[in-house]
Amino acid sequence: MDFNDTLAEAEFRAEARDWLASQAPKREPGQSYEVRRGDDALVPHAKDWQAKKFEAGFAGINLPKEYGGRGATRIEQIIFGQEEATFVTPPSIFGISHGMVVPTLLAFATEEQKQKFVPATLKGDEVWCQLFSEPGGGSDLAGLRTRSARDGDEWTINGQKIWTSGAHYADRGVLVTRSDASVEKHKGLTYFFLDMKSPGIDIRPIKQISGASNFNEVFFVDVRIPDNQRLGKEGEGWRVALTTLMNERVETGVRPAPDFEDIFALARNLLIESGPAIADAAIREQLADWYIQTQGVKLTRLRTMTALSRGQQPGPENSIAKVVTSSKRQRIAHFGMDLMDMGGIMRDRDAIPMQALFQDAMLDAPGNRIAAGTDEILRNVIGERVLGLPREVRVDKDKPFSDLAALEK
Amino acid sequence: MNFDFSDDQRMLRDQARKFLTDQSPPRVVRNVLEDSAKAYDDTLWGDMAALGWMGTAVPEEYGGAGLCPEDLCVLAEELGRSLAPTPFSSSVYLATEAILVAGSEAQKQKYLPDLAMGETIGCFALAEGVGVPTPRTISVTASNSALNGVKEPVADGDVATFAVVLARTGDADERGMSLFIVDLSDVEREPVETIDPTRSHARITFNGAQGELLGAEGEGWDLAQKIIDRAAVYFAFEQVGGAQASLDMAVDYAKNRFAFGRPIGSYQAIKHKLADMYIATELARSNAYYGAWAITTGAPDVAVAAAAARVAASEAFNHSARENIQTHGGMGFTWEFDCHMYYRRAKLLSLALGGERRWKDRLISQLEARNAA
Repeated sequence: MDFNDTLAEAEFRAEARDWLASQAPKREPGQSYEVRRGDDALVPHAKDWQAKKFEAGFAGINLPKEYGGRGATRIEQIIFGQEEATFVTPPSIFGISHGMVVPTLLAFATEEQKQKFVPATLKGDEVWCQLFSEPGGGSDLAGLRTRSARDGDEWTINGQKIWTSGAHYADRGVLVTRSDASVEKHKGLTYFFLDMKSPGIDIRPIKQISGASNFNEVFFVDVRIPDNQRLGKEGEGWRVALTTLMNERVETGVRPAPDFEDIFALARNLLIESGPAIADAAIREQLADWYIQTQGVKLTRLRTMTALSRGQQPGPENSIAKVVTSSKRQRIAHFGMDLMDMGGIMRDRDAIPMQALFQDAMLDAPGNRIAAGTDEILRNVIGERVLGLPREVRVDKDKPFSDLAALEK
Repeated sequence: MNFDFSDDQRMLRDQARKFLTDQSPPRVVRNVLEDSAKAYDDTLWGDMAALGWMGTAVPEEYGGAGLCPEDLCVLAEELGRSLAPTPFSSSVYLATEAILVAGSEAQKQKYLPDLAMGETIGCFALAEGVGVPTPRTISVTASNSALNGVKEPVADGDVATFAVVLARTGDADERGMSLFIVDLSDVEREPVETIDPTRSHARITFNGAQGELLGAEGEGWDLAQKIIDRAAVYFAFEQVGGAQASLDMAVDYAKNRFAFGRPIGSYQAIKHKLADMYIATELARSNAYYGAWAITTGAPDVAVAAAAARVAASEAFNHSARENIQTHGGMGFTWEFDCHMYYRRAKLLSLALGGERRWKDRLISQLEARNAA
C-alpha cells in the first residue's frame, strides 16, 4: 500500500499544480466560484475553462491521445481533480458529456464519429445531455415510452423526456427510445444520438425548489434522426444505456459543497452561547461522523481506482459514494444553518458566512438524493449487485411492454 | 499511488482465513464462552504461535518475522472475522507494541523474543473502573518503582505473564505519569465478569509490586497515547473483520429465510438495511487502510488517521452486529445462534481503547491541531 505519489505521479502533480496556479486563485475553505452550478451564466465560464484545460493537455486525462485525451492513467486523472479542487475554478458542466457520453461513444460509435465528436467534446465545444428519464419511467428507466419508428434511412421520434440536465444549453443529446412495444420492456429499446437543434424538439425548463433551472422537459414531435446516429443494434438500446449508466458515478473532481471542511471551518469561526461552536461536545461528535464519511468515500474511490488501474471495470460499489455524499451534504447544510441560529434563515450572500453556501445547499440538496439514482435505487443496486440478494418480485417480468399499462389499472 | 494490499499480503490473508476457518470456527469460540474455567483457547494460541503470528511485526533481531504493521493488520482483520478467542490483541497490539515504541535495547532483548514466539503473554493495564482515565483520575501510584492500586478491567490480565501499567509517579498531570513493566506472577488478580466472556478480563491489585520503568519517568502519558494510537489501527482491522462477518451472516440468512412466500432479502426493508451495513463496513475499511499505511510509514497525520480508523470501525461493527441480530429476527436473540458472539465482541472492542465519544473528540482535536500547524 502506498498513499504517496510515485515519482512520475509526483511530477504530474507538480505540473498540474503549477499550471493551475498560473490560471486560477487558491481556494479558501467555504469559498466557491462566483457563478454557481445551475446558473446559466456559468456556461461560457465553464466552456472557457474547459478549453484552457484541453489546450494544456488536462482534458480527458485517461483517454487515448488519438481522440484528444492525454493517454495517462485514471490515477493521474484523480490527481488532477484533487489539485483542481484546491483552486477556485468554474464548476464543470461536462459531467455527463465526459463521464457518460464519451465512454459510450468510444464503445459504440463509428471511427469517423469518434474522431468528429470526442475531441470536440473534450475541448468543451460540444456539450451533451442525456435524454433518458420520462414522466412514466425514472427509476424504472426501461419503462420509457418515447417511440422511435424506422422510416428508410431515418427514424421518427415522438414522445417526452424529463429531468434532462442542461438540455437548454446542450448541443447534442443521447436518447433511449422504444422501437418495439410488442416485446418485453428491456428488449424493445433503441439508442441514438442527435442534434438538439433538430426540428420538432421543444425544451422547457423546470423551476426547482432552489429557484434555479438545471433540468428540463424535452418534447419530441416527429423529430428525424439519421440511422447512422443509432448506437448499438435496433432493440439493443438497453445494453448501450447500461454502458452510459455504468460510468455515471465514476466521474471525479466534483466537490460537494458544503462538505466536511466547510462545516469544520464554520464551526471554528462561529460563536455560540458557550464560545466557539467547535468547542461544543455535541458539535464535535457530529463533525467526527462527517469526517470519517468524507474521508471514507475519498479513500474508497482511491481503492476503486487502484482496481481500475489493474484493468477491472467500474463496479456497483461506486454507488457508496453517491448514497453517502448526497445525504451528508443535505445534513451538513441543515446543521450549518442551525449553528447560525435565528440569522440562519437569511440567504443574503453578503450577510451570511461563506456567501450563503449552506442556505443554497439546503434548497438544492434534496435533488442530489434523487438525480442519478435515488438513495433507494442505489441501495437496491448495492443489495442486489454487490451482496447478491434476490430481486424484488417483478410483476412486469416477461410481459410485452404493450400489456403493461393494464397493470396500472 | 496504490490503495490496496500487495499480492503477498493478500496471500497471507487467504492463508490466515483458511487457517482460522478450520481452527477457530464458532464452536471453538463458543467453548470459551460457555466454559467459565477457560480464559482462552490454548490450542489455537499454540497453533498461531507455530505460524509465527505474534512476531509478525517484530524485527528479526528480536526473534520476529520482521514484516511491517500492514501485515499485522491483515491478520487482525481475519482474527476479528473469526472472533478468535486468544489474548492476541493484548499481547501483540498493546504489550509488544509498547516495548517496540518505548523499550530500551535491553528490554527489547529481554521481552520481545518470548512475546514473538507466543511463549509469554503481555497485557496493557490502563483503565481504573468506570469513567475516562485521565492524569487527574489515575490513582495507581508508583513510588521507587513499587506499584500500589487497582486496575480494572485489564484484558487478559488473568493469564498474562506481565503487564504494561500506566501509573502516577508525580503530580496529577501529564508529566506525572509513567509506564512500568510489572511481572504478574506474585500479583493479586481475579477474573471479572464482562459482556463478552470469549475474551477474559481481570481486576489486578498492586500491593507494592516492583515494576521496571518503560520509557523515561514522566513520559508515560505521551507514550501511552502513541501506543494506543497504533493499537487503534489494529483494533480497527479486527472490527472491520467482525463487521464483515456480521454482514455476511445477515446476507446469508436473508437469502435463505422465507416469509410471505419470498426470501426476506428481496424486501427492501431488509435489503436497504444490509446495504447500509455494507456501506458502513466499506467506509470503515477504507479508513482502516489509511491508518495501516500511516502507522507503517510513520506519516505525520498518524494520530488523525488512527482516530478516523477507530471511530469508523467502532461504528461499523456495532451497527452491523446489532442489525445482524435484527435481520435474524427471534432466532438472532437466542443463545443457540452465533449472532450474539459478534454483538458482544463489537461492544467490547469499541470500549476497549476508549469509547466512541472520546475518540470522536480526539479526532476533532487532532484535526484542529493539524489545521493550526
